[in-house]
Amino acid sequence: MKVNTMAEMMASGQTPDILFWVGCAGSFDQRAQKITKAFAFILEAAGINYAILGKEEACTGDPARRAGNEFMFQMMAYQNIQTLNGYGIQKIVTTCPHCFNTLKNEYPALGGNYDVIHHTQLLQELIESGKIKITDSNEWAGKTITYHDSCYLGRANGIYEAPRKVLESLSIELKEMKRCKSNGLCCGAGGAQMFKEEEKGDLRINTERANEAIETKANCVASACPFCNTMLTDGINNRTETTNTSVLDIAEIVAQAIQ
Amino acid sequence: MNQPSNDLILGILLTTIMELFSQLFFLIITLVAIGWFAKKLMGIRSTILLGKPFDAYDQPMRRWKNVLLLALGQKKMFRKPLVAFMHLIVYVGFIVINIELLEIIADGILGTHRVFEKPLGAYYPFLINSFEILAVLVLAACIIFLVRRNILKIKRFLSQDLNGWPRSDANYILIVEIILMTLFLTMNATEVNTSFIVSSHLKTYFTSSFSYDQLNLIEHTAWWIHIIGIYAFMNYLPYSKHLHIILAFPNAYYAPLEPKGTMHNMTSIQNEVLYAMQPELAPSNAVAPDSFGAKEATDLTWKNLMDAYSCTECGRCSMACPANATGKLLSPRKIMMSTRDRMESIAKNITQNKQFIPDGKTLLHDYITVEELRACTTCNACVEECPVSISPMDIILELRRSLIMEESNAPSEWNSMFSNIENNFAPWKFSPDDRDAWTKQD
Repeated sequence: MKVNTMAEMMASGQTPDILFWVGCAGSFDQRAQKITKAFAFILEAAGINYAILGKEEACTGDPARRAGNEFMFQMMAYQNIQTLNGYGIQKIVTTCPHCFNTLKNEYPALGGNYDVIHHTQLLQELIESGKIKITDSNEWAGKTITYHDSCYLGRANGIYEAPRKVLESLSIELKEMKRCKSNGLCCGAGGAQMFKEEEKGDLRINTERANEAIETKANCVASACPFCNTMLTDGINNRTETTNTSVLDIAEIVAQAIQ
Repeated sequence: MNQPSNDLILGILLTTIMELFSQLFFLIITLVAIGWFAKKLMGIRSTILLGKPFDAYDQPMRRWKNVLLLALGQKKMFRKPLVAFMHLIVYVGFIVINIELLEIIADGILGTHRVFEKPLGAYYPFLINSFEILAVLVLAACIIFLVRRNILKIKRFLSQDLNGWPRSDANYILIVEIILMTLFLTMNATEVNTSFIVSSHLKTYFTSSFSYDQLNLIEHTAWWIHIIGIYAFMNYLPYSKHLHIILAFPNAYYAPLEPKGTMHNMTSIQNEVLYAMQPELAPSNAVAPDSFGAKEATDLTWKNLMDAYSCTECGRCSMACPANATGKLLSPRKIMMSTRDRMESIAKNITQNKQFIPDGKTLLHDYITVEELRACTTCNACVEECPVSISPMDIILELRRSLIMEESNAPSEWNSMFSNIENNFAPWKFSPDDRDAWTKQD
């Protein structure tokens, strides 16, 4: 897959319309790389003029900040803002709600002002404007999907509708979990929990959430965050009874529907 | 001989003196109750202001909107509609019946009886009838609340967070409200020449059981206990979770307006990093702050502290908390209760010693443990739930900052994560050169 970096674009005198901020999970985690590739495929299919930072991208500092390490957060933010401002970036799309939240809400105070959107918002825009076409006979038509709200998309930023609108455009049946939208139950990864063992308790949070997802009897659990994806996949795999329920990012679902 | 006897004159004189005495007594208890209450409120205000500065003075229109929707309109309460409805009854009852309190105070001071009756004319019975209907509804709601708290097995009320004083506090409030409503109805029912919508039904019972003099005595006693009860309850507020009826309003006003995901920026550290990267920008007189994050309750902002005093310990936060729901030690409600407890002990320390004398304790460790803090997923569910605009998460994150930056107290996995971010620019140990490796896969 040929993906331009900002450096390459600048060298050839081009300016992308939007920067795709891939994020650490999307760049390095084998499972999340598939989400990244699916989203890049959609951008390509929709004819979007985009670029990535490539090797110049660095962690936004979100997990460090939430763990309490403000120094490290500020160092990463400083470095990223230098890079982004250096390229004159104005618009950013990201597949990670944590990167999204940090870039959108926390970088402005540090001199990084960008128009930041989450990939589910861009997907909604592309579908509504007809830039990507989904037929009624797409691969997902008629299937049942449940959507897991990412905390950093939902409660943190009030984005509940975009991911649902995208899924509904696939002629699927959207089945809500017991706790959804602003009541949604966390997957257990946020606040840097992804990078440590859970504290002792009766149950793992992802097990609890996986159980709720399974209760909907949906064919697929749709996620919009690479960390939620990992947590829910583990939660479902750790259940004693096996199920056919898959956990897929909305970008992967859409990519399959337009292939 | 039509001259009044000495006895009669003495009688009239005595009655007048008694009446004057009761007016004076009423005036004194009113002033004492209000003065005492005001003094205690000012005390709480200065305790809250021991917190660090918090800038929340912009966009007054949005803030007033929050006051209208969240505090006055109780918007968040309606996430649980049935309970919200009963709570609304008690709340409307409280506000509306307080109009009657104006008349009671006026009567008490002027030595009059139902001073609003004449000027209000036909509206007067309408008003009192509405108060009586509300009083019955409040009575019923409070009984249901008592049953919910003590008989039904509702998890957030069974929680060990409430063991001891907090559980009694909640019950005292409900019992006092029931007593006050009963006294209000009793004093209307025992008054001879009135006929109001609810109390008229009780009247048959009272008039058949008691003589005129006895009814008079009951009415007067109920009137006095009712007003003294209200003054006592008012002065109980500052020691109780019931303080939320006042603080919910400023707390809604000063609630953060930015998206919930935004963590408050530490300008001091931002500048340290900036000066390290661009030393030419560093002012020659730059002073590093004494400490980072919050170890003590007074290291928190005054909004965090006002949050603690606004908390009504309803437990909606803890029920929504994913960590709490899966049996972890963390309970956002307990975070708020611990913060208030710590501030109360600090305030007491200051009152006794004229200044704070270290007592060998801090909010972090002695009141809130590391294990609690470590369980938070920063999911904002507690913040979303809170009907009175409290953020337990903000306190958790400030304490985490102190743990990491002051004590270097982190689980080893977090230390690896920090070093990976520092060296590899990602929380995992991958080579930064491989960041775009996915573009080369098929």
